[in-house]
Amino acid sequence: MNKTIKTTLAGLLSSTLIAGAAFAADTHPKTGEALADDQTFIYRVLDEHTSVDPQVVEDTDGADIVRDLFEGLMNQDEDGNLVPGVATGYTVSDTKDVYTFTLRDNAKWSNGDPVTAGDFVYAWKRAVDPALSSPYAWFMELMSIENAATIIAGNAPVDDLGVKAIDDHTLEVRLSAPLPYFPQMTTHATTFPAPQKVIEEFGDAWTKPENIVSNGAYVLTEHLPQERSVRERNEMYWDNDNTILDKVVALVINDENVALTRYLAGELDRTDIPAGQFPRLKQERPEEAISYPRLCNYYYTFNVSDSGPEAFKDPNIRQALSLAVDRDIITEKVMAGGQPPAYTFAPEATAGFTVPEVEMTSMSQAERDELAKELLAEAGYGPDNPLSFEMVYNTSEGHKKVAVALSQMWKQKLGVQVELANMEWKVFLEERGNQNFDLARGAWCGDYNEASTFLDLLQSDSGYNDGKYNNARVDELLAEAKTSDDPAPLYTEVERIIAQETPVIPIYHYAGVFMIDSDLGNWPVNNVEQNWYSKNLYKLAE
Amino acid sequence: MLAYSLRRLLVAIPTILLLIVACFFLMHVAPGGPFTSERPLPPAVLANIEARYGLDQPLWKQLWDYLYNIVVHFDFGPSFKFKDRDVNDIIAQGFPISLTYGSLSFLVATVVGVSLGIAAAIKHNSWIDYFAVGLGIAAQALPNFIMGPILILTFTLWLGWLPGGGWNGGQWQYLIMPVIALATSYMGSIARITRSSMLEVLNSNFIRTARAKGLPTRTVIWRHALKPTLLPVVSYLGPVFVYVLTGSVFVDIYFSTGGLGQAYVGSALSRDYAVLLGVTILYGALTVVVNLLTDLAYAWFDPKIRY
Repeated sequence: MNKTIKTTLAGLLSSTLIAGAAFAADTHPKTGEALADDQTFIYRVLDEHTSVDPQVVEDTDGADIVRDLFEGLMNQDEDGNLVPGVATGYTVSDTKDVYTFTLRDNAKWSNGDPVTAGDFVYAWKRAVDPALSSPYAWFMELMSIENAATIIAGNAPVDDLGVKAIDDHTLEVRLSAPLPYFPQMTTHATTFPAPQKVIEEFGDAWTKPENIVSNGAYVLTEHLPQERSVRERNEMYWDNDNTILDKVVALVINDENVALTRYLAGELDRTDIPAGQFPRLKQERPEEAISYPRLCNYYYTFNVSDSGPEAFKDPNIRQALSLAVDRDIITEKVMAGGQPPAYTFAPEATAGFTVPEVEMTSMSQAERDELAKELLAEAGYGPDNPLSFEMVYNTSEGHKKVAVALSQMWKQKLGVQVELANMEWKVFLEERGNQNFDLARGAWCGDYNEASTFLDLLQSDSGYNDGKYNNARVDELLAEAKTSDDPAPLYTEVERIIAQETPVIPIYHYAGVFMIDSDLGNWPVNNVEQNWYSKNLYKLAE
Repeated sequence: MLAYSLRRLLVAIPTILLLIVACFFLMHVAPGGPFTSERPLPPAVLANIEARYGLDQPLWKQLWDYLYNIVVHFDFGPSFKFKDRDVNDIIAQGFPISLTYGSLSFLVATVVGVSLGIAAAIKHNSWIDYFAVGLGIAAQALPNFIMGPILILTFTLWLGWLPGGGWNGGQWQYLIMPVIALATSYMGSIARITRSSMLEVLNSNFIRTARAKGLPTRTVIWRHALKPTLLPVVSYLGPVFVYVLTGSVFVDIYFSTGGLGQAYVGSALSRDYAVLLGVTILYGALTVVVNLLTDLAYAWFDPKIRY
C-alpha cells in the first residue's frame, strides 16, 4: 500500500471516529437536546463533608457525594420512586420478614472486581460493628435487620446479623419484624457496599482519592479539605454508557451570600438562595431561581414534662398559641422562599400521606385568632393575668426572624409575654435534650420517604421526643402502622390527635430554594428527599 | 543572647502545658459534646463511639493519654468530626495556606504601612500627610469582614477579573483578594503608629544635633531616625503576625481558602476536641516564638536594650 492511500485511509477512519464520538456527545440519547462539550457540574456545599465512607458519613452533603461514588441495592428516580441499582429486583417471603435481592452480574468496582452479595454482607456487618462505631449504626436498627440492636449493644457477635450471601448474586436479609418500606431504606448511604480488600489494606485512609475503590458512576479523584472535592466518571460502572456528566465538583463555600455572588459571576451551576432573597431573584432570573417542596418540617415544641411550665400541660393553651400563628405571614413575608405553611407534622410531600382535614385548615385566620382568645380566656389568662414563657432557638438570622414574628403575633393577638433566647447550637441541643426549656425550635428531615419518619418523633419513648409528649393512643397507632399494609388511615388519626392536643406547633414545611443554572438538565425537583444522582444530570449546550 | 533565648524557650514549655490543661478543661465544661446532634444517638451507638475515642475514660486519663501521644508519637489524635482525617492531617493541610496568605498580608501591611507613615511624617502637614492619614483611617475602618464582600462584589461580580474564592495551590489570582482583605486594617494601624512615632523622633534632640552638624536630610532619616521610629511599630507587629494567622477565619470563610482559621472556629462549634486543642497548641507555640523574636528585635533597634 502506498503512502498516499495509507494517509487517506487513516484520515477517513479518524474523521469517522471523531464524527461518531461527536454525534454521541452532542445530543441527549432520550430527549434529543443538544449537549454541551464540557460536561462538568460545579455546585456549592455549605461545609466540608464528614466522610465519604458509606458506613460512616453522617451529613447530607457527604451523602450526596457518597451516592455518586457508591451504588446500593436500589436507587431512586427523579420522582423518588424505587428503581434497580446493583440489585435488579427483590422478592419478599410470605411472612414479609425475609427479603431476597438479586444482584446484576455486570456490576463492577472501579478496580474491575465484580460487585458481589458478599460486599453488601461485609458493609452491613461493618455498619453495626461496635469496632467501627458508625454514627449511623442506628439506621440498621431502624431497618429492623435481625440482631442489629444486640450487636450494636455489644451483646452478640457481628456475624449474627440477619444478612447472608446465598451466592455471589443473591443477598438474603432477615428482619426482626415485617417492615413494609424496607426496600426504600436500601437507597440510604449506610447500606451501600464496601470494598473489603481496600479497607483492610489502607485502614482509615482507604477513602483518600489515591486509595479509594468504589462501585458507583463516579470515582473520587481529588479532595482538598475545606476547599473542594472532585469526582469523575467511573469507566468500570455497569451503566457508564448512559452517564453523561464527566465531572462533578463540590466547592466548600461557608457563606451563602458569597456563594450567591460567585454563582452570579458564573463560577457555579447550583447554590442555595439565602432566606428572603427568593422573590427578587425569581423576578430577575425566573429560569434559574427555583423552589420545590422538601421532606422536612419546622416547628416549635412545648415542654410538657414536669420541668415545663404548668400552663403548657393544658392542651387548650397549647392549641390557642398554635391557632394564633399566622403561617401565611411567616411563609410569605419572612421566609419568602415558597415554603408551604404547615398545619400537620408530616409534610404533604411525604409519599402515601394525605394531609388530613384538621379543624384549623378550614378556618380563616380571623376565626382562629378569635378561638385562640376564647381558649386562653377559659384557661384563666387575659390582660390582667398574662401568660408568659421563654422560647429558645439556636443562633441564626433566619430562626431569629421567625421567633420574633411568632412572639409578636402572640403579644398582639393574645397579650402573651414571650422572652426570646438564642443559644449556640450544641448548647441548644443539650438544653432541649434535657428539657431545660418552655418552648423550643425544632426541625426534622425525613430519613426515608414515609410518614413514620416524622410521626415517630412524637412516640413517648422516642429519643427525639424532646418535649416528652406522651399519648398512649398515639403510641399504639404508630406501633400498629409499622406492620400494617395500609398505614395511611393510622397516620391520619395520629395527625388528628396531634392537631387536637398540640404538643408541637408546626410552622412550615421546608422548600429547596436554589439557583440552578438553566444549562443543567434534569435536576430532580420532584424528589422530595433530594436524593440526586449526578449520573442522571447533564449540561445543555448554550 | 543565646542563653536568654534558651531560657525563654524553656519557660515556654510550662506555659504551653498550662495552656493545654486550661483549654482541655474549659472545652469539657462547655455544654454539648462532639457527638451531640440534632438526632441524639441511641445510647448503645454513643457508647461505642465514646469508647473508640477514649471519651469514656476519666478526664485526667484522657488528658494524660493526649499528652503522652503528643510527646511520644507527635500524634495529636483523630478528628471527631472529619472521620477520614486526623489532626495532624488537618494542620498539615490548613497551616501552610494560612501561613502563605498571612505572611504575604503581613508583608504588604508592614511595607505599605511603614512607607505611608514615614512619608506622612517627613512631609508633615502637606497634602501627602493628609492623604496618608486619610487612607490610614479609611483602611483601619475596614476590617476584613467588610473588605471581603466589597472585594468579591467588585473584582468578581462587576469586573470579572478575579475568581471569587478557592485556593488552587496558592495561584496568584486566588491570593490577591485574601491578602488585601487581611492586610488593609493592619496597614492603617501601622501607618498611624509609624507616623506619630516618626514625628516624635524628628523633634528629639539627637535629630536636631544631626541636622545642626549639616547632615543631609536623607542620612538623618535613614541613619538616625528610622531605627528609634520603628521600635513601637515592632512591638505592634509581633502580635499582628500571630493575628494574621489566627484571625484569618473571615478570610477563610469569605474566600474559601481552606486555611486553619476556619478549621479552628469550626472545631470549637462542633466540639471537635482534638482539632481545637491541636490548633490551640500550634497558635500558642507560635505566639511564644513570635514574642521571643520581637524581644530579640528590640535589641537590634535599640542599643540600650541588652540581654
